[in-house]
Amino acid sequence: MITVQNLVRKFGELEAVKSISFDVRPGELFAFLGPNGAGKTTTIKMLTTLLAPTSGTIRIDGLDPARHQHEVRRKFGIVFQDPSLDSELTAYENMELHGVLYGVPRKVRHERIETLLKLFELWDRRNDPTKKYSGGMRRRLEIARGFLHTPKILFLDEPTLGLDPQSRNQLWTHVKALNQSEGTTVFLTTHYMDEAERIAQRIAVIDHGAIIAQGTPAELLAQTQTDSLEAAFLALTGSAIRHEEASSADQMRQFARAWGRR
Amino acid sequence: MKAIYILWLREMKRYFRSPAQIVGALGQPLLYLLALGFGLGPVFAKSGHGSYLQFLAPGVIGMTVLFAGAFSGIGLLWDRQFGFLKETLVAPVPRLHVMIGRTLGGATVAMMQGLLVLIACVVAGFRPTSFIGLPMLLVTMALIAILFCAFGTAIGSRLENMQAFPLIMNFLMMPLFFLSGALYPLDGLPSALKAITTINPLSYGVDGLRSTLIGMTHFGLALDLGVLAAVAVVFLALGAYSFSKIQL
Repeated sequence: MITVQNLVRKFGELEAVKSISFDVRPGELFAFLGPNGAGKTTTIKMLTTLLAPTSGTIRIDGLDPARHQHEVRRKFGIVFQDPSLDSELTAYENMELHGVLYGVPRKVRHERIETLLKLFELWDRRNDPTKKYSGGMRRRLEIARGFLHTPKILFLDEPTLGLDPQSRNQLWTHVKALNQSEGTTVFLTTHYMDEAERIAQRIAVIDHGAIIAQGTPAELLAQTQTDSLEAAFLALTGSAIRHEEASSADQMRQFARAWGRR
Repeated sequence: MKAIYILWLREMKRYFRSPAQIVGALGQPLLYLLALGFGLGPVFAKSGHGSYLQFLAPGVIGMTVLFAGAFSGIGLLWDRQFGFLKETLVAPVPRLHVMIGRTLGGATVAMMQGLLVLIACVVAGFRPTSFIGLPMLLVTMALIAILFCAFGTAIGSRLENMQAFPLIMNFLMMPLFFLSGALYPLDGLPSALKAITTINPLSYGVDGLRSTLIGMTHFGLALDLGVLAAVAVVFLALGAYSFSKIQL
């Protein structure tokens, strides 16, 4: 479903992604793990048409995101690290807008919005503006929205950041259910190793822009002779804390937190 | 087309759902109108120019449209990181459509704010000399709104963070307003000020408003509309270009 070969992305002198290769099979739950600044988000941006690779090839369901931007965009849904709902609009209106932007025909759109909002337990609150929603509800809505146009792949970039264990648990249950019922391939990143261990079928670990291990959770444990994914992750990536310069986005995030936008 | 419409509709919904913001945005223009209109009125009358309130009201309406339009464009910076904009940028819709939908929405909002201030001006004692100019008034307001909304989009697309915001406010927006003929007549100015006001597009906007509302003009309505339309096209192109270059 996703094929990446020798993918490189440079920002000036800095090589953020160094010739990585991996495959994600159709219907798979694939976790892409790594410390901060390892190259996860850069890779996701390239997979989702937002950033052009310096070199290497990407195929999303057989298509090159750089050349077939619109076709590729129809094939995936994405939940970003930062919120991307319109907080003044209701949940239903947010879904409706997404459906129109993705060209989902009216009848299908209404049926699917209802199904998804019911599945994600938001139907009763569909006419509330999303600014009244809790963090967990907003996340659920974003994920429901990502599924609306029946994408073949769903990208989830740290979707559970800042959620309590109950919300995290519930969120993954829903994602797993849709992965099974609709066969959607899920490509996720997270810093919670227990989550990845529990739900991912295969994992790739990226550090300093290179993939340093990939396989099933069991294979990673065997390879590192550890008994939990967290221990395996630390064995692979070391325990040094990564120094990453705060980007303008981080500064805005801080500002947003201070003003209670999230 | 559908995408442009739904994005325009979104801006309308957001506008009508935040009455606090609507009222809040009226505060500044009304302060100018009342404080300056009544405060400087006697001086203005003594110098033989007639009623300052009559003169000032079109300027204050122009200012409202300028700020409302430009802010909706610049607000894109925030929307890009913490709002819905991101969602539209990965949708299978040409960026140009997204930009047009947003700009038309923002421009419509700016026009509505301008009309509200017009009503407030009338309440305060402003009297348009004729209503024949009403269709042309709407055209003039629409051009000002689109022009500055596209201008704001061009800026908002290039900004990296919110820290630049006061800079833009003090070195771009306020000068645009103060050096436009909104507050004083453009006749007999010192040559430096004359040069600046002549290249400021808002001068033509305010002049167009004054022409359609009270039949007083410096450049002539035809030139006003021509300049506004030409600059609007340039800014739309610039805004569309900057918008197409946004990296998430």
